[in-house]
Amino acid sequence: MKKSSTVQELPGAAAHRPTPPAWQPRTDPAPLLPDAEPYRALGTDAVADADPGLLLRLHAELVRGRRFNTQATALTKQGRLAVYPSSTGQEACEVAAALVLREQDWLFPSYRDTLAAVARGLDPVEVLTLLRGDWHTGYDPYEHRVAPLSTPLATQLPHAVGLAHAARLKGDDLVALALVGDGGTSEGDFHEALNFAAVWRAPVVFLVQNNGFAISVPLAKQSAAPSLAHKAVGYGMPGRLVDGNDALAVHTVLADAMARARRGEGPTLVEAVTYRVEAHTNADDATRYRADDEVETWRAHDPVRLLEDELTARGILGEDGVRQAAEAAEAMAARLRDRMNAEPALDPMDLFAHVYADQTSQLREQAAQLRAELAASAEEGPGEV
Amino acid sequence: MTTVAVKPATMAQALRRALRDAMAEDPSVHVLGEDVGTLGGVFRITDGLAAEFGDDRCTDTPLAEAGILGAAVGMAMYGLRPVVEMQFDAFAYPSFEQLISHVAKMRNRTRGAMPLPITVRVPYGGGIGGVEHHSDSSEAYYMATPGLHVVTPATVDDAYGLLRAAIASDDPVVFLEPKRLYWSKAAWSPDEPAAVEPVGRAVVRRPGSSATLITYGPSLPVCLEAAEAARAEGWDLEVVDLRSLVPFDDETVAESVRRTGRAVVVHESTGFGGPGGEIAARITERCFHHLEAPVLRVAGFDIPYPPPMLERHHLPGVDRVLDAVARLQWETES
Repeated sequence: MKKSSTVQELPGAAAHRPTPPAWQPRTDPAPLLPDAEPYRALGTDAVADADPGLLLRLHAELVRGRRFNTQATALTKQGRLAVYPSSTGQEACEVAAALVLREQDWLFPSYRDTLAAVARGLDPVEVLTLLRGDWHTGYDPYEHRVAPLSTPLATQLPHAVGLAHAARLKGDDLVALALVGDGGTSEGDFHEALNFAAVWRAPVVFLVQNNGFAISVPLAKQSAAPSLAHKAVGYGMPGRLVDGNDALAVHTVLADAMARARRGEGPTLVEAVTYRVEAHTNADDATRYRADDEVETWRAHDPVRLLEDELTARGILGEDGVRQAAEAAEAMAARLRDRMNAEPALDPMDLFAHVYADQTSQLREQAAQLRAELAASAEEGPGEV
Repeated sequence: MTTVAVKPATMAQALRRALRDAMAEDPSVHVLGEDVGTLGGVFRITDGLAAEFGDDRCTDTPLAEAGILGAAVGMAMYGLRPVVEMQFDAFAYPSFEQLISHVAKMRNRTRGAMPLPITVRVPYGGGIGGVEHHSDSSEAYYMATPGLHVVTPATVDDAYGLLRAAIASDDPVVFLEPKRLYWSKAAWSPDEPAAVEPVGRAVVRRPGSSATLITYGPSLPVCLEAAEAARAEGWDLEVVDLRSLVPFDDETVAESVRRTGRAVVVHESTGFGGPGGEIAARITERCFHHLEAPVLRVAGFDIPYPPPMLERHHLPGVDRVLDAVARLQWETES
C-alpha cells in the first residue's frame, strides 16, 4: 500500500460528511512571539538615543545595588541577617524594574527582589526585616506601593493581576509590575495569573528573571519551552526577550510593556536572561550543582561593569561620576551596617496584635498568658536573657 | 425593588438577598467566581446580581480557584471588598495556598497595614446525593489556620445576617454554606431582613436542662429533631448552634454545659481531627467539675466522603445522636 502524508479521502464520503463549524485562530499569534535573540541596547545606537539622566541614574543605582548585595551577604556572616538570597548579577533587572515605575504604579516582588524594593525608595532596613527575622514585612506596602516580599513562589502574581484589575475598574491610571523567577514559571499560580491578566486585559507586566537556576535545578529541568517568553503566546499576550544584564535594554522593554498596559492593551510577559552569580542563599552551596567556569563566563558579562564601561567610553560618565557613585554606595553600606548592628526593639505582644482586626477571646487569653510569663521572668531579675 | 415579601423563604434566597443588599450599599463589594454571572451560580445564589450590578461587579472568572482567590487578594489590596464563590467544598482546595499563606496572614505580616476584607463562600457538607468531591466537610482545615474567621449559618435568618456581617468584616471570613439547607425554609421577609449578627456569637436554639447538644450548620436540624424525640425518653436537651467556629464562643458553650452537666458535639466532619475534638477539649478545660459524663462526639466516620447511595450511613442522624445521649452516664444520677 502506498504511504501518503495526507489522509486519503474515501470515495463518496464527502457527500455524507457535514461541514464542520467554521474555525479560525482567535488572535494572530505572530505578533505575540518573542524575537529570536534577547534585545540588547548597550553597544548600539540606543544608548545615544537614551536620556543621559536615565543612564546615569541606572548606573548610580546599579553601583548602589551591587554594594547592597555585598553588604547584605556580609551581614549574614556577621549573624545580622538570618538569610539573604542575593541578586548579585541581576542588578540590572532589579534596578530597571524599580526605575521604570511611576509613583502610582505597584511593584510585586519575590523574596529575591529586596534590591528592587530598595531601588524603589524603601528604607533598606525595613526591606530586610523579613530576612533579619524581627518581623515578616517591615514596611507599609502602601507607602511606596510595594507589596510584601512573597516567599511562596509566584503567589504574588495573581495579586498583581487583581490589584491592576481593581484599579482599572476604578478608572485609575496605574500599572502593576510583578517579578518572578524561572523556577516560579512552573508554578500553577504563574499560569493562573497570566491567564486571568490576559482575559481581563489587566494593566500588568510580568518580569521573569531567568537566572538559570531554581536553587539547584537548571532551566533545562524546569521547562521545555523554546523560551520562557514563548509561554506568553499561549495566553494571548506578547512575550519579550531581553538581555537581563543590560540595564538600558531591560528598562526599555519594561517601559514599552508598561506603556502598552496603560493604553489598555493588556499584559506583557518579559523574560530577562540573566544569571544568579551567588548561591541561592548564604545557606546554599552552589559548587554542588554548577561549574565555576560557567559562573566566570557570566561574571565577565557583569551588568554593573557593562553599563559603566559603556557610559565611560561614550563620555556620558566621567571619573568624578564613577567615584561619586562608588562613594554614595559605600555611604549607604556603612549606614546599613550601623543600623543593622543595632538590636531591634521587639515587643512580644505584637505576636497577638495584628492577627485579627477584632481580637478573639482566645487570643486575648493567650496574650494574657504571655504577658504573665514575661512579667514573671522580669521579676526573676537580671541574668535572664 | 422587584422583590416581594414571600413567606416562607429559603436559605438560598436569604443568601442572595444578603449579597444583593451588600452590593447595593457598598460599591466596593464585588462578587467573583465560576459561573456566578450569567448563570447565577450552580446553586443560583448569585442569580440576578450581574444583571443588576453589571459584569464588573459580579464576574465570571476563568476556572481556576487559586487565581480567583489570588486576584481577590489583589482587589482587596486596592480597597475592594471581594466576595469569592467557591463552587463546591472540594473545589476550593486549589486555593488553599492563597488562603493560608496570604489571605490569613496578610494583616499580621504587615502589622495591620494591609487588611484583606475578603469573604470566601463555600457550599459544604453532604446529604444532597452529590457524586465524589461534592460533599466534603472542610471546616477543620479552615479552623486550623489562624487569621481566618470561619462562619456557618444553619437558619434562614442567620444566612442573611451572618453573610452581611462577614462581608462587612475587615477580617477574611470563610463562609461555609450548608448546601443541604439551601432549600430549607423559614418565615422570612426580605423586606424586613434579620439584624446583621456579629460574627463570633453562638446561640441557644432550644433551651433544655438534661444535656447540651453542640452543633452547627447542616447538623442543626438533626439536633433539633433529636431533641424533640428525646422528650419521649425523659431528656430535655438544650441545643447550641455555634454559627461561628472561629472565633469560638466559649462563653455560651460553657455556660450551657455548666448548667446541664452533659454535652454531645454533633457534626458531619470526621471525628478524628475534626472540630469536635477541639470543642470537647475546651468544654473539659472549662467545665470539668460540672460534668457528669465525658463529652461525646457524634461525627462522620473517619472515611473519605462516601458515594451518594451510602452517605446516609455516614451522616450523623437522629438515632446516632440519641444513642450518644443515652451513653451520658445517666445511671450515675440518683
